[in-house]
Amino acid sequence: MSAPSCNDRALLNDWHVVADCLALTLDVPFTTRLMGVDLIVTRSVLDTRIVRADTGHRVCSEGRYGFVWACLGKPERDPFYVRESDEIDRHLLSGGSIAVNVSGLRLVENFLDMGHFPFVHTGWLGEEPHTEVLPYNVTVTEEDEILATECKFYQPIASPTAQQGMLVDYTYKVIRPYTVALYKSNPVHPTRMDVIVLFVQPVDEDNCVAHSYLCYLKDGMEAAAVRSFMQLIFAQDKPILENQVPKRLPLDPRAETPIRADIVSIKYRRWLGERAITYGAIPLHVASSAGVNGRMEG
Amino acid sequence: MITLYDYELSGNCYKLRLLMSFLGVDHTVVPVDFYPGREHKADWFLKLNPLGQLPVLQDDDLLLRDAQAILVYLAAKYDTSDCWYPRDNPALLGEINQWLAFADGITGTASAARLHDALFYDFDIEAARAGAHRLFRILDEHLWFGEQEGRDWICSAAHPTVADIACFPYVMLSEEGGISRQDYPAIRRWCDRVKRIKGFIVMSGVFPAGPAKAA
Repeated sequence: MSAPSCNDRALLNDWHVVADCLALTLDVPFTTRLMGVDLIVTRSVLDTRIVRADTGHRVCSEGRYGFVWACLGKPERDPFYVRESDEIDRHLLSGGSIAVNVSGLRLVENFLDMGHFPFVHTGWLGEEPHTEVLPYNVTVTEEDEILATECKFYQPIASPTAQQGMLVDYTYKVIRPYTVALYKSNPVHPTRMDVIVLFVQPVDEDNCVAHSYLCYLKDGMEAAAVRSFMQLIFAQDKPILENQVPKRLPLDPRAETPIRADIVSIKYRRWLGERAITYGAIPLHVASSAGVNGRMEG
Repeated sequence: MITLYDYELSGNCYKLRLLMSFLGVDHTVVPVDFYPGREHKADWFLKLNPLGQLPVLQDDDLLLRDAQAILVYLAAKYDTSDCWYPRDNPALLGEINQWLAFADGITGTASAARLHDALFYDFDIEAARAGAHRLFRILDEHLWFGEQEGRDWICSAAHPTVADIACFPYVMLSEEGGISRQDYPAIRRWCDRVKRIKGFIVMSGVFPAGPAKAA
């Protein structure tokens, strides 16, 4: 069964992670799918080769941060540069690639949401009665990234090494439609941030793979503990994400009812619409015409 | 002292955490980087379990593998109520072991489907799902007839046994392998009862029972 392919130029000409190098066995082909196109990734001693399963044509590939990247079209820019990857006092590791049966845009939006912490990550990233999301700032940077700053949330166990609950400072950055980063104050060095970058692979419009890249300060932190904490948290989100209806992200502001805590997701949906991203989304005009033709209103 | 070689997302490891929570047994946990690190295939781990599988439990000099075997050991040794694995009730022990073997079948199907869908394991997904549905149908009927006779648990006892613990995790996580529990109402009610056992703990992907009173 072939999935409908992607027509969004910005996505076709961009880089996407398609595999974690750790998961590849030398000379054993690994099959995956990117935006509806089946790909065969083969890693050899010399290089990593990615070909389309349908045409056999080679697609652009690149290795970075321990991941294999693919671009189906003509790359217009480099993969996002993670500045913290140059800092030698950090663990730089994959958190493990996990497939999720939902649009990758939903995954990005969930990553941006603090409101669910006490309910989905109970006892870890939040707990009742500390449910209020305090006001925070959202701007779009000169690099055309969405930046949410001054996010604060009370977390019982904020990190693999946390000994007690603390008010944690967060900064979120949406870098590309399917790439989002979280900067979180480090418990040992409060002036520095631990970084989690989520590279989301749009498998098709209703499926994605979350490839997380963890840049944590090594001081007092074991690599295995960082990875295990990431997976513990992520696996709590997974069933919630997979039960979201619809699986694609609606860009019509009236499709779902946001509250004040959701201003970053409102911004994200608008930003996607303005950049004509439709893959994994329910675009505005489709949603509103369905409203007129397909549903009884009010 | 008990040491559990553990992986958070493993339902088989969760069985042991769950029983130890019910029994109030202290233990330390050694996290094993199962994915993507494949530490369960590393030399040091193969010395603990040549099969390269989690969980492994060490209690002083005793080293055990296999979730079901460890459930039996822990209950037989540490359950002062003698309910979870009643050593002096041969018929019930036979029944419990029958369902422990059944739980292994759930691992081979429902858990395999979940590993395929989430972590890219190269399994025959249709066969795994069909196999899980076949077992779920059998379990659902068994539980439904039990309810008609006033029995709440898998085995013929007025209380849960290790058989309930062994079957619970991969039933509860089945949707992550694309196996809906929509058609198994008796399984859903039983899952809710398990979640209401005193001392119940969750794992990632399993949520606590809602605030409503027990069904």
